Amino acid sequence: MHLSEPPVTPELIRQHGLTPEEFERIKGILGREPSYTELGIFSVMWSEHCSYKNTRPLLKTFPTKSPKILVGAGEENAGIIDIGDGLAIAFKIESHNHPSAVEPFQGAATGVGGIIRDIFTMGARPICVLNSLRFGELSSPEVRRLFSGVVSGIAHYGNCIGLPTVGGEVYFDKSYEGNPLVNVFCLGVLRHQEIARGAAKGIGNPVFYVGPATGRDGLAGAAFASQDLTEESADQQRGAVQVGDPFMEKLVLEACLELLGTDAVAGIQDMGAAGLTCSTCETAARAGTGIEIELNKVPQRGPNMTPYEIMLSESQERMLIIVHRGREAEVKRIFDKWDLPWAEIGTVTDTGRMMVRHNGKVVADVPAAKLANEAPVYNRDAREPAYLAQVRSFTLAQVPALKDPIADLKVLLAWPTIASKNWVYRQYDHMVRDGTVVHPGSDAAVVRIKADSLPRDVDQKIPEKFIAMTVDCNSTYVYLDPYEGGKIAVAEAARNLACSGAIPIGTTDNLNFGNPHNPEIFYQLRESVRGLAEGCRVFNAPVTGGNVSLYNQNPEGAIAPTPTIGMVGLIERLEHITTQWFKDEGDAIILLGNIVNESDPLLGLGGAAWLQVIHNLKTGAPPRCDLEQEKEIHSALHALILSGVVKNAHDCSDGGLAVALAESCISQHVARETPKLIGAQIDLTAVKNVRPDALLFGESQGRIIVTTSDLNATKTIERAKLLGIPAARIGTVGGDALVIKTDTELKWPVAELYDLWWNAIAGAMA
Amino acid sequence: MNFAVVQFPGSNCDQDAVHVLKNVLGHSARLLWHKETTLADADAVIIPGGFSYGDYLRTGAVARFSPVMQAVQTFAGNGGLVLGICNGFQILCEAGMLPGALIRNRSLQFRCETVHLRTENPNTPFTNQIPAGKFLRVPIAHGEGCYFADSTTLAQLNERKQVLWRYVNAKGETADDANPNGSVEGVAGICNQHGNVAGLMPHPERASEGLLGSADGRLIFESLVHWLGRRVSPRASALTAQAA
Repeated sequence: MHLSEPPVTPELIRQHGLTPEEFERIKGILGREPSYTELGIFSVMWSEHCSYKNTRPLLKTFPTKSPKILVGAGEENAGIIDIGDGLAIAFKIESHNHPSAVEPFQGAATGVGGIIRDIFTMGARPICVLNSLRFGELSSPEVRRLFSGVVSGIAHYGNCIGLPTVGGEVYFDKSYEGNPLVNVFCLGVLRHQEIARGAAKGIGNPVFYVGPATGRDGLAGAAFASQDLTEESADQQRGAVQVGDPFMEKLVLEACLELLGTDAVAGIQDMGAAGLTCSTCETAARAGTGIEIELNKVPQRGPNMTPYEIMLSESQERMLIIVHRGREAEVKRIFDKWDLPWAEIGTVTDTGRMMVRHNGKVVADVPAAKLANEAPVYNRDAREPAYLAQVRSFTLAQVPALKDPIADLKVLLAWPTIASKNWVYRQYDHMVRDGTVVHPGSDAAVVRIKADSLPRDVDQKIPEKFIAMTVDCNSTYVYLDPYEGGKIAVAEAARNLACSGAIPIGTTDNLNFGNPHNPEIFYQLRESVRGLAEGCRVFNAPVTGGNVSLYNQNPEGAIAPTPTIGMVGLIERLEHITTQWFKDEGDAIILLGNIVNESDPLLGLGGAAWLQVIHNLKTGAPPRCDLEQEKEIHSALHALILSGVVKNAHDCSDGGLAVALAESCISQHVARETPKLIGAQIDLTAVKNVRPDALLFGESQGRIIVTTSDLNATKTIERAKLLGIPAARIGTVGGDALVIKTDTELKWPVAELYDLWWNAIAGAMA
Repeated sequence: MNFAVVQFPGSNCDQDAVHVLKNVLGHSARLLWHKETTLADADAVIIPGGFSYGDYLRTGAVARFSPVMQAVQTFAGNGGLVLGICNGFQILCEAGMLPGALIRNRSLQFRCETVHLRTENPNTPFTNQIPAGKFLRVPIAHGEGCYFADSTTLAQLNERKQVLWRYVNAKGETADDANPNGSVEGVAGICNQHGNVAGLMPHPERASEGLLGSADGRLIFESLVHWLGRRVSPRASALTAQAA
């Protein structure tokens, strides 16, 4: 159709990642051969990133309903949950793995920018971000380059746009070498009546393009994200990585929220993956309308851009806005005020088609709904991975004997995955917006909602509310048992929220896996989704949306399967907010849950950090997760917190009880170079017939350390038992050392533990 | 009191300053768009933190040319109180309203953490409510907060008691590891020779409520309020000056 366009050949079709069958399907939809531009359009819309063609049947198994859900999974750019008093939150997690692998700084930065746009597209004011990052081991210079680049990219974008990065996680594991994971979560707040929709409503309404001009950057990034990474990727695909401008996005954000306050907007969608293509066809598909645009009118960064390039560009910070006819002047007024480019590029039609013209000539004419919604869906073959048989055959007898628990705890605390992440979060502004109540470094971040958290501060008092957030996934567990590991990812997220005083209200998931064409990978995907879905059901935390990132492979193989969970909880009152560190000398230390799960043949040592770090063994069936029991413990903890007796709460996760106790002693930070360290005397001599390695470093699930005043200890334990929860006093806060009595007495000065834990990553990066 | 909080494109601590002045301290505070040319009835001006104009070129380098900064200069010239926080401090230095410059942190990394500050001169509009011997706990969040001035300027600052705050450790001592960005002599904030324009890298508006971890920053805003309350409105004197 376009004179300069190359002919569509089988080779070109293959380069676009489309199979011959998919090409036939496109011809069926169009009733003819697609043009080059149309081929590009289909290839990005039918990529895994945009269409979920390999995972849609699995995603359907997630629980997605609750009376509090105002916008559900898959409906819009992000889900929205009612938090009472006419207020709601929008949140979502999204990956930017492939771009970060080839260009860590910009790849990570634009990941932040993209998820923030998804939130304000919903009409919400973004108030904070979190991230889940995974890299190879820090001993590799290349890994250090990626890690440092990703962290500074996130810092660059988040700090400049003025959103606090309030929490997250960082894991280091060999399987991520060359294929780091960068998952970014954003949460925003709005009033119910402020929900905006990504729908091209109202035949004849004008379609506006706002934000910076379209360039050749990020061409077909969505398609790139849906391929394996290869040795050549870095060189070939750098052009598929976008360049971010957080200053520009700050202006676009404020201008869009101001415009949304005028009622002039009929529909709005950001131009993220697949840029102009995705935003036009999806908005038309949602409204059941058509859309017609003229590419000549699209602001362009350079001359001679082809229709293909304009449609597939993923230049950042751009929005598509459908305005009620007659209200165009308001768009112009507001975007001029913010000195932002805008252009009227088309209209909403009743044809159901996405019609794209360039210089008046039609370059694409596609049924919008079919393009957006009728990507092929594949039920991939699944086969249990061969390695799992060996994993399951690993027995306690093969666990090497505990030789030096004093040294082992020190090594674990300095292991980058467990060590303090202050080297990371001190580079992020985590306090801007005056809402961060619990900073990075506790089990979950807690942010306060106040009047200026809303899209428009109209000088109206709102009831103060607190939102707790966490991102979690122990991918070692998922690798060793995808189903159980999936359950644990959810349970751990819920447990972190419980420890902060919150009740979970919703989940967003980021499924990071290898190539789904490999049946063993698809098995990991299918089984972990089964575990996740079960967990979300039990914790009443339905999935409101998320992201799938497949093809996370490097030449060595696939990454450890990583279904990252972002979970959000509500805390009604300030005094219920609980942190993980010990508070006062003399407080009683109580363990909720069984100290060791004796029905687990490996006593919690399978996949444990201790086995990985001390013995270089990444094997064994991971700890069992009894979701119902886990939930009872969380509920009991919540009841105790509400009764006002709980002074700290910290869950046992990576590194087991010993690491959790140490963290409770050393993680309170008052100011720069000013930790508030406090020791603890722990007596485990009453625990009989349990191996000391399992006792100290086993990772049995469903265990939470809490403290109360000495006076409240007995009644707290009785109360917990009444609620059906195992509870026992295991020690007392105080002194300048962590002392654990088993059959021997183990002692660690807290200042030494702090130093190892606090400085480990900085040391590795120096 | 009427506070004007300047809003540049890219400001991101503007709402926080308004929140504290209005909701925590109970004063009137409004945002002042960078294209405005007058300050109307403002008793004091806050230049907030953020990345004005994206901080392209150099932090604060573009903001100083904005229309509103001409009005702020006039206001300050007439004795009006101006407080620059973080990016606001950088802008005041770029505009020549405060001596010295803010350069990249010694670590070459952005740094966000709570620091201790020692007040060096309690007899200014910005410090008069800070009790003697009190070390403030206030967060920083900047990539370019390393204060630098040549030795002559520095000697003058010290001599005229223009250094308002220094980074110190928990015991109140200046020390290398208490200095988060490599600022010369641990300088965290200064004022001009007349004492009516001040700038600091730490964010008092993030430390004005106990639930955020510290309320020490309030003392700085309360100092402004106290100072304004005990003298004729500077705005009135500015108007008189203009009329004359």
